[in-house]
Amino acid sequence: MWKWLHPYANPEVAYQFTEKLIPWFNVIAAILLSVGLFMGLAYSPADYQQGETVRIFYIHVPAAILSMGLYFSMAIAGFCALVWQLKLAHAAIAAIAPVGAAFTAIALITGAAWGKPMWGTWWIWDARLTSELILLFLYLGVIALDNAFDDKSQGAKAVSVLALVGVINLPIIHYSVEWWNTLHQGATVTKFAAPSMAMSMYIPFVICFFGFAFLASSMICKRFLGQVLARNSLRPWVKQLATAKEG
Amino acid sequence: MNPALSYRQAFKTILLRDLKIALRHRDDILNPLLFFIIVITLFAIGVGAMPNILMKIAPGVIWVAALLSTLLSLERLFKNDYQDGSLEQLLLSPCPVFILVLAKIFAHWLGTSVPLILLAPLLAMMMNLHPDGYMALFLTLLLGTPILSLLGAIGVALTVSLKKGGVLLSLLILPLYIPVLILATAAVEAAASSYPYQGHLAIIAALFFASLITAPFAVGAALKVSTN
Repeated sequence: MWKWLHPYANPEVAYQFTEKLIPWFNVIAAILLSVGLFMGLAYSPADYQQGETVRIFYIHVPAAILSMGLYFSMAIAGFCALVWQLKLAHAAIAAIAPVGAAFTAIALITGAAWGKPMWGTWWIWDARLTSELILLFLYLGVIALDNAFDDKSQGAKAVSVLALVGVINLPIIHYSVEWWNTLHQGATVTKFAAPSMAMSMYIPFVICFFGFAFLASSMICKRFLGQVLARNSLRPWVKQLATAKEG
Repeated sequence: MNPALSYRQAFKTILLRDLKIALRHRDDILNPLLFFIIVITLFAIGVGAMPNILMKIAPGVIWVAALLSTLLSLERLFKNDYQDGSLEQLLLSPCPVFILVLAKIFAHWLGTSVPLILLAPLLAMMMNLHPDGYMALFLTLLLGTPILSLLGAIGVALTVSLKKGGVLLSLLILPLYIPVLILATAAVEAAASSYPYQGHLAIIAALFFASLITAPFAVGAALKVSTN
């Protein structure tokens, strides 16, 4: 597998490969999201307790899962960048951080919109809400630190360290609803046992989740291309690409 | 001729050197302390000097002020050494970075947090904290402030080569301080209402040992990044 992966450490090969992936990701995300959101918002049954407001769940939970998953993938990229000194892993961190921050913000905002009719309040200092807010701050810290360095390669290493340090927050978010008995409901889909919800709601949720995941992948790939170009701007192949696009 | 310092000697040398530097620059010790006192006074004035309100917010205010004054003093941990080049010399020495970093952090804690811990009961009295909470406040500060120094050192090491690292530092480090803040204030509040608080204290102690073991490695890695 290493032999198979090895050529992709070359920025040019990785660039061309990622460029080919984006249209596929876009198509898959468009299909999954239109089907999943249609099923979720129009066809799935309303919840017996929460009524129609439960439908925000099809956006809120995928965004929340992705906010944590993207941080974890950023930390993995940081680990690879520190241990194997992969330049492309640096570009990946810079590509992932703003997308992850956006999904964290979406999870917080949809959560607030859901909390208002259900709990009667936009915001409460509940364990899971607080830890998700901290996750947003961690993302913003990573982005700010990345912007603060003039020397990109030096900054990337610092960002890798920070991404790794912040990973300690993830288990806190994940288990917060189990450790502390607060207002936020317990896990319904992100547990290993069978999901504690009806199949007519679970299937649209899974479709939505993968739709958002592919949307995030597409955005990350797009940003990754930009990062690779910016970091390799003096290489001949980038110059060739630029002249080809112009001509 | 002594070819290499033993680890213990290296630790002691760096510790004494940093303490001596701190004592020569008394402002570095006094200013965060004054800041600590002033922030707490401002809270008492701003919230309204009603004894029962002050009593309720006392643990949180004292702890937040402690966080902020630690943050204020962290800058000097590596900044001067970085600027005059002695940090690079330290990193080049045969002694493991772990020992050097631990000695510097310990010196920082002795210089900044110990005076703060000693002052805390006085301010707790000004904030009208229930007397049952004094011991808990002392113990949480004793166990919690080293965590602040250890985690803060990671942020300082990451930003030491930047010109305007100060504001960035707070963005990087304050989110990591939140668990300590939550546990410590919960412990003091429990103690002030005469509930048991040993559970909170045990978790803070666990956090302390975890950060004592892991943070110096992260600081070492970050320093190597910053000094190139």
